[in-house]
Amino acid sequence: MKLRCLSRSGGLVSAAGLRWLESRRSLVATLLFLPVACAAADPVIIGSKKFTESYVLGEIARRALNDAGVAAEHRQGMGGTIILWQALQGGQIDAYPEYTGTIEQEILRNSKQLSFQEIRDALGKFGVGNTEPLGFNNTYALVMRRSEAQRLGIRSISDLRKHPELKIGLTHEFLDRQDGWRPLRERYGLPQQSVIGIDHALGYAALANGSIDVKDAYSTDAKIEQNDLEVLEDDLQFFPKYEAVFLFRSSMSSDAINGLRRLEGTLDEKRMIHLNMEAERTKNYTSAANLYFQNNGRSASFAGESFSHKLARWTLRHLELAGFSLLLSVIIGIPLGIVASRGGLIGQGILGFASIVQTIPSLALLALLVPLPFFGISVRTAIAALFLYGLLPIVRNTASGLQDIPRSLRESAIALGLSPATRLWEIYLPMASRSILSGIKTSAVINIGTATLAALIGAGGLGEPILSGLNLNDHITILEGAIPAALLALLVQWFFDALDRVLIPKGLRI
Amino acid sequence: MSALVKLVDVSKRYADATALHATNLSVERGKTTVLIGPSGCGKSTLLRLIIRLIEPDSGSVEFNGELITSDIISNLRRRIGYVIQEGGLFPHLTARANVLLMARHIGKSEDEMQNRLVELCELTRFPGNLLSRYPVELSGGQRQRVGLMRALMLSPELLLLDEPLGALDPLVRASLQKDLKEIFARLQQTVLFVTHDLAEAIYFGDEIVLMNDGRIVQKGSVTDLREKPSDPFVSEFINAQRGVTLT
Repeated sequence: MKLRCLSRSGGLVSAAGLRWLESRRSLVATLLFLPVACAAADPVIIGSKKFTESYVLGEIARRALNDAGVAAEHRQGMGGTIILWQALQGGQIDAYPEYTGTIEQEILRNSKQLSFQEIRDALGKFGVGNTEPLGFNNTYALVMRRSEAQRLGIRSISDLRKHPELKIGLTHEFLDRQDGWRPLRERYGLPQQSVIGIDHALGYAALANGSIDVKDAYSTDAKIEQNDLEVLEDDLQFFPKYEAVFLFRSSMSSDAINGLRRLEGTLDEKRMIHLNMEAERTKNYTSAANLYFQNNGRSASFAGESFSHKLARWTLRHLELAGFSLLLSVIIGIPLGIVASRGGLIGQGILGFASIVQTIPSLALLALLVPLPFFGISVRTAIAALFLYGLLPIVRNTASGLQDIPRSLRESAIALGLSPATRLWEIYLPMASRSILSGIKTSAVINIGTATLAALIGAGGLGEPILSGLNLNDHITILEGAIPAALLALLVQWFFDALDRVLIPKGLRI
Repeated sequence: MSALVKLVDVSKRYADATALHATNLSVERGKTTVLIGPSGCGKSTLLRLIIRLIEPDSGSVEFNGELITSDIISNLRRRIGYVIQEGGLFPHLTARANVLLMARHIGKSEDEMQNRLVELCELTRFPGNLLSRYPVELSGGQRQRVGLMRALMLSPELLLLDEPLGALDPLVRASLQKDLKEIFARLQQTVLFVTHDLAEAIYFGDEIVLMNDGRIVQKGSVTDLREKPSDPFVSEFINAQRGVTLT
C-alpha cells in the first residue's frame, strides 16, 4: 500500500531525513545485526510507521494481544519502512503492520510480483513471519480535486497525458521508490514538467488551495473522502497490490502469533477508511482502534491515555534525553576544552571536529548514527546525537574562557609555585567559570530544541505530538508538543541563570 | 657579601629578536638592586628568567649557590616572592584567600597563617577589615599591598618586583614607595626591583643596573652613573629622565 508513502508525512524535515534513511537501506540492513534476546516476561513491542493507518493498526494489534492475555506495548510512528524492518530484525520491536507491495519492492527488492507463498518463504529466511492479509488493499493512487478532474474530463492516469500543464506534488518517498514516480511516468508517458516533492499531509493542503493539481495518495486514505478528491483509475495496472499484513519475529511466542493471526481477514477497505477517518477526526488512535473491537462485538473500550499523563510522559522523556546528553557533553566537553585551550594541532583539531559536527544538520546527524552498530533505532542514538550536538558550545567556551585569562595572572599563579593541577582547579577553571557555564547553558537550550527530533527514531519526547500533529495536519497537536518544548527551553535558561549565581565565584560577579 | 642570585652568561632569544644577550649579574643579599632602562631593554625578561617563567637559551642561574633547573624550580618559587603591576591578584579570591593561597597549598596550620597575616597587615599597613574583600572592591594601592603580602607570606629570601607601582597615581605611589622602602629595610630583604623611573630607582636602589637593548650597560650607584658613565647612552638616559622629573 501507499502507506510507505505516508511515512514521509512527518513534515518536511522528517521527510528529508527518512528519505535519506530509505536510500541507505542496503547498508543499514547489512550493518544492523543486534542480537537481542527477548525474555519471556518482556512485553511484545509493536512498531508502527509514521502515518495514521499504521498507528491505528499498531493500536489494534496491541489491544488484540492484550485481549489474548499477552502483554504488549506500542511504539508509535517510528519512521519509514526501512527503520521498522531494521528494528524488527534487530529485535527492538517484535511486530509491525506492513504491506505486501512494500515487502516485495522495498524489503525483498524484487521487481516481479511474488506469490504469497514466495513472500512467506523469503521472509522466513530473515527469521520473520507474516500473517495472512488483514483484508484490505491499500494501493497507491493519483488523486485530483474532483471539480478540476470533471472540468478537464480526467478519469484515469492515461488522461493526464493530455494536460502537460498540470502541477504534480508527490511525497518524497514516492518520488524515489522503485515502483514510484519514474517508472509510472515511463509507463504512462506522462509529459508534466512541474513535479515537486512535498510532505504528504501538507500535500493535501497544497492540493486544496491549487498550489498543485495532482498528488499521490493511498486508497484507504481518509482524506480522499474528506477533501472530495477523485482517485484516477490505474488503467494500465501499474501499481502492485498492497495488502496489509503483520510482520513478526518468528521467535515470538505462539500466544502472541495467534493473537495477531486473529486479525486476519477482519478489516475491509471501507472499514479501514472509517477507522482512519475516526483517528484523524478525534486525534485519538486508541479510540479509533477500539472501534474495531466494538464492531466485532468484543469487549469495549480502553480509555485513551489522559492528556496530562501523556504530557508528563513526553516531558520526562524529553528531559531524560536532553539532560543525559548534556551531562555527557559536560563530562567530555570540558576536558576537551581544556586541551583545546592549549592550542597547537591537537587543540585546533578538537575545535575543528566540534565545529564540523555542529554544521551537520541535526536530522542528518541522527540519520548518520542509525546505521551504526550499537545505535540503531533507539534512545541511545538520540542521546549520542544530542551529545555530539551539545559538545561545541562547551568545548569552545571552555577553551576561550581559559585563553582569556590574562597572561600576567597565569604567570602569577606559576610564580607562586602552585602545582599545575592546583592552578587548573583553583585558579584557571574558576576564572573561566562564567564562560564555561554560558557554554553549558547554550548546549542545554539547543538540546531541548533538538531533542524534539528524537521522536523521528522512536525515542519519544515532546517531538512525538509534533510529529503526529504534522502527520494529521493538526495544529493543536503540534502545539501540544511545541509549547511545552518552548517553555522547557525557557525554564532551562532560567535554571542556568540561577545556577550562575551559585557557581560563579562572587569576586567575578561584583 | 655573597650573592643570593647569580646569572652567568644567560641569554634569551625570541623568534624575531634577542631579548637578552649573554648577561652576567649578581644580586647581593640584603640589598635592593634596581633594574632600569627603556621599554624592551630586557629588564623584565631578566626577572622572568630568574623565576623561570621563561627558560634561558644559554647560561645558568644560581640561587643561593644552587643551580636553578626545572626540577627544583617549583620548590624554589616558594622561596621567591614575585609582585607585578596591579598585584596580579586572582579576581575570584578574597584578599585573604589570595594571600593565604600558597600557605594553604603546602598545608600550613591555621594558627600559623593567621599570625603571619596579622603581621603582614601591620607591615604593609593594610586594614585587616578589608581582607574579606575581593580585588575589584579594593583600590589600586590596596591591591598592590595585598600583592606584596602574598609575595611575603612564606618569608621569601628574594623578592622580585616588576614595575609594582607603575599603575598607581602619584600620591598613592609616593606613599607606597615610602612604605616599601621601610619594609625592605625592616626585613633586610634581598630585592630585585624593575622600574623605568629613574627617581624611583634612585630612591630604592643600593645598586642600579642600567640596561639597554638586551644588555647591561652599567652597574653601580647613581653617582657612578652620573659621574662616570661607561657609555653615551648612560648620560642620555639620565639626562632625559632628569628633564622629565624637573619639569
